[in-house]
Amino acid sequence: MRDIRLAEQMFIPGTLIGPFTQANPGLGGVCTFVGEVRYDDGVEALELSHYEPLTLPGMHELADRAFDRFTLMGLLMVHRVGVLRPGEPIVCVSAAALHRRDSIDAVDFCMDHLKSAAWFWKREKRANQNGGSEWHWIEPRADDHRDLARWQS
Amino acid sequence: MIRFVYLGKLADAAGKSESQFASNSGDIDWPDILALLDDHVREGLSDAVRDKRVKVALNGEVLADREGIVARHGDEVAFLPPVSGG
Repeated sequence: MRDIRLAEQMFIPGTLIGPFTQANPGLGGVCTFVGEVRYDDGVEALELSHYEPLTLPGMHELADRAFDRFTLMGLLMVHRVGVLRPGEPIVCVSAAALHRRDSIDAVDFCMDHLKSAAWFWKREKRANQNGGSEWHWIEPRADDHRDLARWQS
Repeated sequence: MIRFVYLGKLADAAGKSESQFASNSGDIDWPDILALLDDHVREGLSDAVRDKRVKVALNGEVLADREGIVARHGDEVAFLPPVSGG
C-alpha cells in the first residue's frame, strides 16, 4: 500500500496510521514518524511553499527509492504545505514491512531526504521588537545535509 | 506567452510569485532571461538568480545546464533557490 501526498489543510496523523496499518495485512512491523512545528520562542507561524511540477513527483521518486532500498510492504508519506501554527503536524511517514529494521530504516531514509532534498521552501513568522511580526526565510541547515550523507553509499 | 515562476525567497526578491511575458520575439535564452528579470521584473533580480545555488526548471524539469536554456511560447521557467527542507 502506497500513499504519497501533499496536504493543504491540517491533518491528524492518528487518522492516517490506523487505515495504513490495516491496509498492510500480515505486516511484521510498522514504524511511524510525525514531525510538528516546534514552539520556538517568538515563532507565530511557519509557511511551507512548494512547486507543483516538482514537489509531489519528487516525493514519489523518493518513495520509489525507499521501495528499492528496503523490503517494504507499504509506505505512507504525507507532507503539509501552506501556513502552519506551532503544534501542528508537518509530516507523517509510516513504513510497513515484514521485519522491523526495514520499516525503521525506511522512515529514517525518507525523513533525511525530505528534510534536505525535497522541494520545499520554508519561512517563519517571528515577533519583532516593535510588537509586530515579520517573515524570515529559513536557510538549509548543515545538519540536514550531514544526515543525508549517511545514505550515500 | 512565457511564464516565470519565483520560488522561496526569490519571490520576495521579485516582489511577486510569477510573471508572464509575450513571446512574439521568439525563443529566449539565458542572457535574454537575465535581461527580462532586470528590465521588466525588478532591477538587480538577475544577480539573485545568477547565484550558483539557484536551479532552473523548464516545464517542471530541472536543467543540468541552466545557461543552455531555450524557452519558447507556452513554456514555464521556474527559479528555484536552495530548498529549506520539509
